[in-house]
Amino acid sequence: MPGLIEVNGLAKYFGRLSALRDLRITVPQGQFIALFGRNGAGKTTFLRILAGLSRPSAGIVKIHSSEPGSQRARRVIGYLSHNSALYLDLTALENLRFYARLLDLSFGNSALEERIARVGLAGRAREPVRNYSRGMQQRLAIARAFLHDPSLLLMDEPFTGLDQEGTEFLKGYLNEARTQGKTCLMAIHDPVIGYALADRLVVIEKGVVALDLARQSISLDEFQGRYRTLTEER
Amino acid sequence: MLGKIWAVFRKDFLIELRTKDSLNAMLFFGIVVLVIFNFALAPTRDSIREAVPGVLWVAFVFSGTLGLNRMFASEKDNSCLQGLLMVPMDRGIIYLGKTLAAAVFMFIAEAVIFVFSLVFFNLTVWSEIPWLILVFFIGTLGFTTVGTILSAIAVNTRMREVLLPLILFPVVLPILVNAVEATGIILNTADYSALKLPLTVMSTFTIVFGTLAYLLFDFVLED
Repeated sequence: MPGLIEVNGLAKYFGRLSALRDLRITVPQGQFIALFGRNGAGKTTFLRILAGLSRPSAGIVKIHSSEPGSQRARRVIGYLSHNSALYLDLTALENLRFYARLLDLSFGNSALEERIARVGLAGRAREPVRNYSRGMQQRLAIARAFLHDPSLLLMDEPFTGLDQEGTEFLKGYLNEARTQGKTCLMAIHDPVIGYALADRLVVIEKGVVALDLARQSISLDEFQGRYRTLTEER
Repeated sequence: MLGKIWAVFRKDFLIELRTKDSLNAMLFFGIVVLVIFNFALAPTRDSIREAVPGVLWVAFVFSGTLGLNRMFASEKDNSCLQGLLMVPMDRGIIYLGKTLAAAVFMFIAEAVIFVFSLVFFNLTVWSEIPWLILVFFIGTLGFTTVGTILSAIAVNTRMREVLLPLILFPVVLPILVNAVEATGIILNTADYSALKLPLTVMSTFTIVFGTLAYLLFDFVLED
């Protein structure tokens, strides 16, 4: 059975620099994958290609048998990075209303306010996003990125800059997404959080998949040891 | 589709109303250009009408370029452009909404700059105003049609403020030459039948470049 995401021989070059080379991975529906790797290993480039924000230099990438970047693929993807993609001079409600219109979602103000409340920002919906803290912006970014209820979540270091409360909130949100059968690829630096959330642990080093393990097959300590050895070796 | 174009335009307009980032700079720059020319030309009433078309379009184009520079720079802040690109819709909609916003901002700036030019150069143009509006409208649309896509290209470069005018002005030269000519015909000859050629050239240019820009926009924004 074909996976939700099929990647074969993926390469990406920026001039003479190779960010990804011959990357291969298949992701079945409903799987949570934590992508580890040092800065510059190629995690963000990989996620950007899956999201259709960057074109591969070589290789085949399919999402639901469609090209990444096609409207069909974008319909099932929710992409969240450490930048919120929110307009700071608009209120939370105006931001979500704008995206809802572009997404053809007929949400009224009350439905949007309910979404905002669900991410813990009840009572702040009509405030400019500029007044929000980093953690509050990230919560609203979650509401924005997943407004159309996507089945595939692509997250690039979503925990960056979050305080303890924000981290717990995002963990809870992801656990809920798992129970709903959503698929998730998440680039992350913290092995403890990644291990706790994922079904599968993938390490990318120098643009290739260097380690690909089911979480049940390895303990956290063992994984941390192998990850450390791998990144130090290379 | 129209609803989405309107949503992009409305969002930009709302942000501009709150911040006034672009319009303030555009107006200030345009009026400064008029002041400088007002001193440089020291005009008599007859000769000034010959110089005004060029002066006006220099002020329009320079202030318009400032506005275009901000069009996508604001989307790059906080990676908003990434959020827009992830929406499952024809990406040309972003281009059309942005072009509409750029044209409206430029048109507002032009209206103010034009009123100031009437004062500075002591012009009386009541009967010519409908024709001038037509030329300003088509010229502005042509300028922003090309300017919006070039602004999207320039925004991904390190020297975007410098690069945009360098790539924009040579491309929009046919629009500018014909806009100056058409404005000159209106202010100096009142032979409105002579407007046919410059208006046709400007309209054709706008339609051709607008269609190309709409089709190519998707490729411009990806890495």
